[in-house]
Amino acid sequence: MDTVTALILGFISIVLINNLVFSKFLGICPYLGVSGRIDMAFGMGLAVTFVVTMAGTLTWLIDHLVLMRFGLEVTRYVCFILVIAGAVQLVEMYLRKFFPSLYESFGIFLPLITTNCAILGLCLFLNLWEIDNFVRAVVLSFGAGIGFTMAICIMAGIRENLELADVPKSLKGAPITLITAGLLALAFMGFAGMIK
Amino acid sequence: MANKTDTVLLSDTFAAGLWSENPVFRLLLGMCPTLAVTAAVKPAITMGGCVIFVLLCSNIVVSLMRNLLKPHLRILIFTLTIATFVTIADLFLKAYIPDMSEALGPYVPLIIVNCIIICRAEACASKNGPAVSIVDAIGMGLGFTLAVCVLAIVRELLGTGKIFDIVILSDKVFVPWVVMVMPAGAFITLGLLLGLVNKITKKHKR
Repeated sequence: MDTVTALILGFISIVLINNLVFSKFLGICPYLGVSGRIDMAFGMGLAVTFVVTMAGTLTWLIDHLVLMRFGLEVTRYVCFILVIAGAVQLVEMYLRKFFPSLYESFGIFLPLITTNCAILGLCLFLNLWEIDNFVRAVVLSFGAGIGFTMAICIMAGIRENLELADVPKSLKGAPITLITAGLLALAFMGFAGMIK
Repeated sequence: MANKTDTVLLSDTFAAGLWSENPVFRLLLGMCPTLAVTAAVKPAITMGGCVIFVLLCSNIVVSLMRNLLKPHLRILIFTLTIATFVTIADLFLKAYIPDMSEALGPYVPLIIVNCIIICRAEACASKNGPAVSIVDAIGMGLGFTLAVCVLAIVRELLGTGKIFDIVILSDKVFVPWVVMVMPAGAFITLGLLLGLVNKITKKHKR
């Protein structure tokens, strides 16, 4: 029972409190680029969730079963980025073969995910937080993806309305998006301290 | 060897990285580290140094092997090259400046997926010779460092009243805005700075 509670708490904490976008600044680039329309944002969020869960799980396994056992920690970053690039490539091929319509709707996002810092960032954080339980690593990876999806969808919703607003000329586009993100981050700070 | 047009081209490339194509303010690249490491000036400078080193090395390597690259494997080769140099930078920091390595945490390895470096490898180094690539890397790297430092100075000054642990605004006259060193402050400061840069460039054009 305790482990289940710990897992649920871990999930909530990575979705709300340690949200990758608002507290760790990861995945800002797609966040600024894609969050213009809510359906695209949702698609991107789903793709990221899928890849981050897979990459988090795989890199955790490789890190603990291969690198740490044989003292190859030096090659960690090279291995991680290879795993992520490979995972993205596999997902892309699989989708193209079996779900062509889904593949069409993801379009350019899939290859872009390789260089999404949220993915590599999460893999590194799993290592940094010294998560030594496999199930916990999987749950945290999935939670990180959900957190990203939530953040990008909230932002897209706001930006759709922002287009109707009268924004000062020099603040149009990225600046006002960043300021909005700042206010959102401020709101999300309210969740801090909810879970110790 | 280098005649006059070459020199002009090189200095143009250098200047572009510093201002007109500043990676942070104009191209909006490498936002994650820009926001994450700018709570204080010292980590910001360290980060700038790391980025210059990695950008320089990866640009040289990519430009030397630009004729061997296969189009579909290009990005993978770029990332692997970058990952190697980032590992070097990370180990160097751990060995010689451990407290900075601690402060920067995962953001040093995250240079691997920093869009600035991949963008320069793709846009400049894979098309030009080593000389232009080196100048471009230094210009872009300095431009990044400059942007990060400006952001860090604003945030540290308003957030703690100090810069480099030297008190500039004393507690008696100034209450530090704690929010500036928090994530929210980073987003808002960068947003306002971008707005300012837009305003300045617009005036310039007129």
